[in-house]
Amino acid sequence: MSIKIALAGNPNCGKTTLFNSLTGSNQFVGNWPGVTVEKKEGKLKGHKDVVIIDLPGIYSLSPYTLEEVVARNYLIGERPDAILNIIDGSNIERNLYLSTQLMELGIPVIMAVNMMDIVNKNGDKIHIDKLSKKLGCEVVEISALKGEGITEAAEKAVKLARNKTATPPVHEFATEVEAVLNSIEEKIGMQVLEEQKRFFAIKLLEKDEKITTQLKEVPNVSKEIAQIENEMDDDTESIITNERYIYISSIIKECYIKKSKGKATTSDKIDRIVTNRFLALPIFAAIMFLVYYVSITTVGTWATDWANDGVFGDGWKLFGLDVPSIPAVIESGLNAIGCADWLQGLILDGIVAGVGAVLGFVPQMLILFAFLAFLEACGYMARVAFIMDRIFRKFGLSGKSFIPMLIGSGCGVPGIMASRTIENDRDRKMTIMTTTFIPCSAKLPIIALIAGALFHGAWWVAPSAYFVGIAAIICSGIILKKTRLFQGDPAPFVMELPAYHMPTVENIARSMWERGYSFIKKAGTIILLSTIVVWFAQSFGFKDHGFGMVENMNDSILASLGNILAPIFTPLGWGDWKSAVAAITGLVAKENVVGTFGVLFGFGEVADNGSQIWGTLAGSMTAVAAYSFLVFNLLCAPCFAAMGAIKREMNNTKWFWIAIGYQTGLAYLVSLCVYQIGTLVTTGTFGIGTIVAFLLIIGFVYLLVKPNQPNQTAQVRKAASAK
Amino acid sequence: MRTLKEIKCGETVLVKKLNGVGPVKRRIMDMGITKGIELYVRKVAPLGDPIEVTVRGYELSLRKADAEMIEVE
Repeated sequence: MSIKIALAGNPNCGKTTLFNSLTGSNQFVGNWPGVTVEKKEGKLKGHKDVVIIDLPGIYSLSPYTLEEVVARNYLIGERPDAILNIIDGSNIERNLYLSTQLMELGIPVIMAVNMMDIVNKNGDKIHIDKLSKKLGCEVVEISALKGEGITEAAEKAVKLARNKTATPPVHEFATEVEAVLNSIEEKIGMQVLEEQKRFFAIKLLEKDEKITTQLKEVPNVSKEIAQIENEMDDDTESIITNERYIYISSIIKECYIKKSKGKATTSDKIDRIVTNRFLALPIFAAIMFLVYYVSITTVGTWATDWANDGVFGDGWKLFGLDVPSIPAVIESGLNAIGCADWLQGLILDGIVAGVGAVLGFVPQMLILFAFLAFLEACGYMARVAFIMDRIFRKFGLSGKSFIPMLIGSGCGVPGIMASRTIENDRDRKMTIMTTTFIPCSAKLPIIALIAGALFHGAWWVAPSAYFVGIAAIICSGIILKKTRLFQGDPAPFVMELPAYHMPTVENIARSMWERGYSFIKKAGTIILLSTIVVWFAQSFGFKDHGFGMVENMNDSILASLGNILAPIFTPLGWGDWKSAVAAITGLVAKENVVGTFGVLFGFGEVADNGSQIWGTLAGSMTAVAAYSFLVFNLLCAPCFAAMGAIKREMNNTKWFWIAIGYQTGLAYLVSLCVYQIGTLVTTGTFGIGTIVAFLLIIGFVYLLVKPNQPNQTAQVRKAASAK
Repeated sequence: MRTLKEIKCGETVLVKKLNGVGPVKRRIMDMGITKGIELYVRKVAPLGDPIEVTVRGYELSLRKADAEMIEVE
């Protein structure tokens, strides 16, 4: 029988560091069923039969945040054999608040007071033995960062788990509260285990709706609630919370001696500068510039070029030696074994080229993830939210959405992955859906092509593309915020600003690798499949002598498909099959759009900005149609790599399709308006399309200015579903 | 009656009452802002919102709209 030990504690208490040291490389990272909250499990070093589960960092066992619900469902339903509760010694008062709740679950609890070095450095003192006596459970001192006392803590937890003696909650509420709790416990009866009764009774008293789903028969406790609310003149939730904090204060008074009051710590000094009224924004801009500059333009570009042009291109040099590229190695291997042409095409042009294009982003992503991990771990990320919240919350986004969007201007893939730093589920989903509206570097060739071919390289085309992207984000935020998808309980922005501290290299490396790896895995599945399908469609077709591989894309299945799809794009002004095909190949990688036009117009290889085909393209569509084509390609579903990232981060098929559908739908409607109204202005042509465009704009403006009346309907719906 | 929203930087106040209901109120309480506790208003974000307060020995940020729910003296 294996033993399960759950690690529980507040965010920023050093839980991840402890988990990493206890389990080493023996970890499994996944998601909790059905939600995007990360689940980590690992075997305790030196114990094959002990599994450690890292619960999400939480402040309380309230029913309001996803993390809290996940953690408590696990603790109630799966019942680990012991809980190792980590407490930040430098912030003991609030940390103990969760502990009082954990101890009511009827599971053996051991407490590990972390960051004792900081406590001692500040000249404060925690009496561990007194704390242990008061709380009625074992308490040990550890320093997760230095690895001190952690083995001891783990061994004690294992011993506790084997003994199976639940920690009796020594904390008692006021007599009146205890009286009603007793009466509720009686009403619950034998439905739950004896040791879990107290927890359920407290939750029922707190009017916790989510707990009722865990009970077969929900006892009616309205009498008890009314009685106690009357007696103490407050609502039950407040009564319980107050009582807990009063109890904690009484413990702290005896066990925690704070020497220095009001003396500024190093962290305070840093914060005084970093979030200073005047310096905060310049410092923020400087840090963001640095992150962008290093991970996107300099080191990131070298890494991506090395991966794309070297490893997956023409080979590269290692200490002066020529190292052949992967496609070259595979090609010679396939030639040697006399592989059939079509199979060689599939492997080289389909799989290797497609997946290579995606994996080429990995080095760049790893660099970015290292930065993000550092910013998160050192405590600056919380300040980013603090500084930017005011602007972003208007669009239903989080202050932290700035980072994904900035990174997204380089490449949408790491941009989407960067959204993981946003804790709030709705803010994160909104960010994922809108990040790719910002033109990424692969869309620049499309912009250059359209600007060069139809606008004589006018200066305003590129800035206008960014403007369209930003406007799409802002408008989407305002409109989506009002839809049912993004309604429900308002997410409170009540956030801890943790003390600054230097993260460990190991933690950063691990976080970087975990995020990178989850993307690589996607590249091996969904992205691989998608690129094979597109490769197949563009290299096979019907010719004079039946179905087979075709030399020219003009004869391919994709071309036929383009012909079928073309009418859909007619209202957008570019209803010829070549444009449709170009847009489809853009799904593999956006810069392919230019190359595809080159092939379809019969020019073969073209420059990055497609200068050879400017004339032909200008002859095949009007300027307004070209701009509409540009807008469509900027806003529609991103490349497969980015879609893979969206799938990975949404971790939910329905939400993935909502995101892709929304992006493509918005792209279509905006392009339609651009073309129809642009045509009206330039040529004076007025038709059904123009009317549709005007109606769309009126509807759009209505959605933008429509007042938000969310909570009423959401509450009614919730009440109805609860019945 | 003053609320936390009106308190200037650098002032220390006592929490008198928490108004409101639901998740936001619970969250505020969970984070340690309960009746009778001392709050020190440390700073306001560069753009004027949210604010940062010191409560129970740590730093907490909350929006002015939520701070309005907290009655202080």
